[in-house]
Amino acid sequence: MTLAISSLLAEADLQPSRIDAFLAGHSAPIVEGRTVTFLFRGEADAVFLQHWIFGLPSAQPFTRVQGSDLWYLTQEIPVRSRVEYKLEVQRGDVSRLIRDPLNSQLAHDPFGANSVCLGAEYRVPDWVSPNPEARPGKLEKVRVASTTLDGAQEVQIYLPARYRASRRYPLLIVHDGADYLHFSVLKTVLDNLIHRLEVAPLIVALTQSRQRLRDYAAHGEHSRFLAEELLPALEARYPLQKGAASRGLMGASFGGVAALAAATHYPGRFGRLLLQSGSFAFTDIGPSRRGPAFEPVVAFVNGFREAPARVSERVFLSCGVYESLIYENRSLVPILQSSGMDVRYVESFDGHNWESWRDRLREGLSFLYPGPLWMVYE
Amino acid sequence: MPTITLLGPQRFTPTLGEAVARAGISGRLASVTAGWQEREAEDLELHEHLGERTMNLMLYARSEDVFERDPQLAAAYRERQERLRELQELYRLRLDYAQTALRELELRSGDPELLAPERESALQAIRALDEHHLARVDEVHAGFVRQHHPAGRPAVERHSRQMVRQLEKVDGLAIAGGHVAILINRMRLFDLDEKLAGKAVFAWSAGAMAIAERVVLFHHFPPQGYGNTEILEHGLGLARGLVLFPHAGRRLALDDRRRVAVLARRFAPALCIAMADGAWMALDERGHAEGVAKGLRSSGMSRLMADGTVVSLEAE
Repeated sequence: MTLAISSLLAEADLQPSRIDAFLAGHSAPIVEGRTVTFLFRGEADAVFLQHWIFGLPSAQPFTRVQGSDLWYLTQEIPVRSRVEYKLEVQRGDVSRLIRDPLNSQLAHDPFGANSVCLGAEYRVPDWVSPNPEARPGKLEKVRVASTTLDGAQEVQIYLPARYRASRRYPLLIVHDGADYLHFSVLKTVLDNLIHRLEVAPLIVALTQSRQRLRDYAAHGEHSRFLAEELLPALEARYPLQKGAASRGLMGASFGGVAALAAATHYPGRFGRLLLQSGSFAFTDIGPSRRGPAFEPVVAFVNGFREAPARVSERVFLSCGVYESLIYENRSLVPILQSSGMDVRYVESFDGHNWESWRDRLREGLSFLYPGPLWMVYE
Repeated sequence: MPTITLLGPQRFTPTLGEAVARAGISGRLASVTAGWQEREAEDLELHEHLGERTMNLMLYARSEDVFERDPQLAAAYRERQERLRELQELYRLRLDYAQTALRELELRSGDPELLAPERESALQAIRALDEHHLARVDEVHAGFVRQHHPAGRPAVERHSRQMVRQLEKVDGLAIAGGHVAILINRMRLFDLDEKLAGKAVFAWSAGAMAIAERVVLFHHFPPQGYGNTEILEHGLGLARGLVLFPHAGRRLALDDRRRVAVLARRFAPALCIAMADGAWMALDERGHAEGVAKGLRSSGMSRLMADGTVVSLEAE
């Protein structure tokens, strides 16, 4: 297959109008099987693709089409990939990091937004968009008194559609809950998956730490908050099912560490764990090079690796292959399995970002909280 | 024997009212919404749709009352359900291997003379397993009845009598969908099927599945696993010679000829019927669908064929 950019380059005497026509005729980046051509048009001395694909140089240089202001970079991207990126445009002494002006696909996160390249065969799941047929759940806020953390904590509670106080529900406690709501559209996902009967109607407590790097780094006081303050407060207020199998913890990145740490500090309390791209840094020898914030994490993970314990019952673990954390997550799988927990591990061609975590929610939630799909025909 | 009308899902395309009118029923109807479990009484929409002519039999609430009044029966019931769950697990385990074997044989290329008998044998193995499972489930149910005589227990009798009186005042019964196992268990607890002689029955989704001869659970696109269709148990057997697939467009890979063909052949000679939203089908006086195949008494129903095609009953 001849790439579109190759055909263009083969043409003699490229006039600006021809480049206009080329750009108008293609959506950027151009995805052709496993090959993706990134494009930039404008005055620059150099252009780089800045991405977060572990294993590739993080800045990939573009090539200027001779005699023009069009720049391109051809890159192999495996099928089903989803890659977030920015462009670094250098002109003189000034270097600017910008979103791809030719690509309208964006992914948002707490730091802003990135451009997104959707590789061949990647499809945005249909259950991440609002479905008018799905009855919506409801969000409400509660304040939970805490002596372990920095005073009372505000927690958002998701109540499933057709919630009834006379019925008992399983519970899921989510770290970085507000971010999951905003950037992984968690409410829509829950509404849809419950509507589709793939996930059991459940109550979700969405927590948000004020001191994330402290609280989520296997911090004992945070675990105590979850197990001894939040959980009893929720049990007093909502009709929750009893037993570890009906209680879960979820988190991404440092939130994944916090979830596993709380389960470890309170074994048998939380029977369901959904851990996404957990920052499970460890060392076999010498100090970690990941920085001081990771020190308590490394100590915790090293301890868990030395003495794996069946702290929960069922664990869903996911990680993107483009993350540096893929090594840590892959390493954790056999350790979790050796403890006797029922572990499901899933990898994706994606990075350390909220849409990657969003895309794995169906597999994770339906594994941990299977819905009555096979029994209900309304 | 009641007269039966089967209906497709009603939430977005309600056709029950038309079906009732078509059947010439102008009087009151009883309703069963036990498949909705604790939401059983939230039937206002249904009540209004039928011109406020319904009277909910409240099977779910009645069964809860029975279990409260008769703890011995409640314990035996729980134990039975636990055994059934376990049995279903064992069946599922065997079915998984049997289905995988058939699937691999069907996807394999090679000498048709060698392959065809192996494929047929693999399908027959699944049919035999289905029959075996049905027999085991029947044993559990029969053992429960033999040992505990639910129909003769005062708490059950009391509700049964009340229901008989309620049914005397109505011309028909509307059975809604929902949780199919809970629905069928509640209807069975009160022997509802034996109280319906001369009535018109309108059943949709899980309600339709529950009154067929076999209750078949299905989903070709589950979030976990391959989605092997499985048998739950015998239904009440009011609708005969049919295996019913409500929500077929959403739950079945109807464009996958291989999977469609396997369903049709696995459950033959019963007809596999895909029920679209709002579809309807009036059965003959024996609960059969023979007249329906001529397209005279149905709409929106399709049949899964042994060659993998899906044919509208009206087009047959």
